[in-house]
Amino acid sequence: MLSRDQVLRIARLARIEVADSEAAALERELNGILDLIGRMSAVDTQGVEPMSHPEDAAQRLREDRVSVEDQREAFQAAAPQVEDGLYLVPKVIE
Amino acid sequence: MHRASLRELHRELAAKRISAVELARTFLARVERFQPRLNAFITIDAEATLAQARAADERIAHGDARPLTGIPVAHKDLFCAKGWRTTCGSKMLANWIAPYDSHVVERFAAEGAVLLGKTNMDEFAMGSSNETSHFGPVRNPWNVDTVPGGSSGGSASAIAARLAPAATGTDTGGSIRQPASFTGTCGLRPTYGRVSRYGMVAFASSLDQGGPLAKSAEDLAILLDAMAGFDPRDSTCMDRPKADYAGALAGGVKGLTIGLPREYFTKDLAEDVAAPILAAIEALKRLGAKTVEVSLPNQHLCVPVYYVIAPAEASSNLARYDGVRYGHRAAEYADLNDMYSKTRAQGFGAEVKRRIMIGTYVLSHGYYDAYYLQAQRIRRLIARDFTEAFAKCDLIAGPAAPSVAYALGAKKDDPVQMYLDDLYTIPINLAGLPGMSIPCGFGAGGLPVGLQIVGNYWDEARMLAAAHAYQQATDWHTLVPPGFD
Repeated sequence: MLSRDQVLRIARLARIEVADSEAAALERELNGILDLIGRMSAVDTQGVEPMSHPEDAAQRLREDRVSVEDQREAFQAAAPQVEDGLYLVPKVIE
Repeated sequence: MHRASLRELHRELAAKRISAVELARTFLARVERFQPRLNAFITIDAEATLAQARAADERIAHGDARPLTGIPVAHKDLFCAKGWRTTCGSKMLANWIAPYDSHVVERFAAEGAVLLGKTNMDEFAMGSSNETSHFGPVRNPWNVDTVPGGSSGGSASAIAARLAPAATGTDTGGSIRQPASFTGTCGLRPTYGRVSRYGMVAFASSLDQGGPLAKSAEDLAILLDAMAGFDPRDSTCMDRPKADYAGALAGGVKGLTIGLPREYFTKDLAEDVAAPILAAIEALKRLGAKTVEVSLPNQHLCVPVYYVIAPAEASSNLARYDGVRYGHRAAEYADLNDMYSKTRAQGFGAEVKRRIMIGTYVLSHGYYDAYYLQAQRIRRLIARDFTEAFAKCDLIAGPAAPSVAYALGAKKDDPVQMYLDDLYTIPINLAGLPGMSIPCGFGAGGLPVGLQIVGNYWDEARMLAAAHAYQQATDWHTLVPPGFD
């Protein structure tokens, strides 16, 4: 069972602000989902290799060369705030 | 015209008995007429659609009419289409104009297909009822007080109401097959790696796969012929030859062995759904198939495993929505962290937040082995169950969903209950197999029931041939919801 504090810690890690009014419902819902997930824990999986790709295919490598043209302007047109080709964010270093 | 098959439309277009512009206008008019009732679309841009139709007409005039040239196709609103708003059903991307085409959109454009519009969907494809969309729920044309299923609910509803002759969807845990089942339409999720994910907004990368929705298996085959194929820009797209899906349709089911998983026909399956499914299996036997019971002993673990792996991958994929490079940014904030947290709190809906948080938790220090690695290990056991089953059969058949469509709002407040409903579709995603749903009758309330057909890896052609044989002998797929004919 996740405590209220653990729920709020997860929210902080996920960078999602949780209002006080939402916390109780969120705690209940996340614990409901973890209860469902918890059915896995009894299964003996010793010696079973984790599966991350259905075909166990390795990542394909390609030659290291330029394959797409520069589209910075087109891509930055969608940004909330840009200046001189740079993305602007609130000041990080004092 | 709106009830015609893709082959018939192609014949009319190629013979110049109709123009692509006329066809586009016909469907645009239907979309406009029924949009208030169904909310199947998020973005309609008649001018852009008609411009593509005019280009298709020119191509046809030059004698270059490919099977999809001039055919309107509606894309689920997570396929990037250059110049089109691509929202993924989220406030986060509500105003985002895609600066490039996804591979799938590119493939349809190369064939001369006409983009009819972008269809509604559960936010970031997370949902089974199409009620998590920022743009409001989609309604099921068979009964507008019921859900169309999700997450490709807009595409399914549009096909069912004959607002589009063809549509695309994506299927991470059943998001093509379950809405196809709920709306009496046909939908196919290909083998993982068959269709490029390039330009498809990512949800859970090891499970996501794009596929077609349409009125018949024959139409699905024609659409898959356009969508499938190698694309080096998707690192998990497999470089292997594509079958001729439309060409293989005549293969039939004679001599095929169909596996019936014992775990699929239990009390979890509503009786009104079981009856049409069993009748469809009898019909396949009359067409020359044999059946054999198979077992998927880890079936009961599929939903729990999925709800570790999918949220884990989602939490990682959706970390990109931080208000910096694109999408929503909060108007007021104290510092960078506050900007991230407020942006994400405002931009994501409740279901997306829940899944990001579950994913964050199962990947966090101290819990990774117990949850994520354990889920990946059981995933292998689940895949092995299918390998063993396919040693005894050519195809697997069963339900796509445990019930018919339910009332809007019925399951909205109980996420776990909604998750459990994905029990017949999720295993196929975990194993990476291809699966499809085709209509096979009606259950409670006169609502459609879908038969799920699952194939072995890369065996889409055989699935389609079986479905086509069934549809040559039955007419469920031709039925149109009352009021939409």
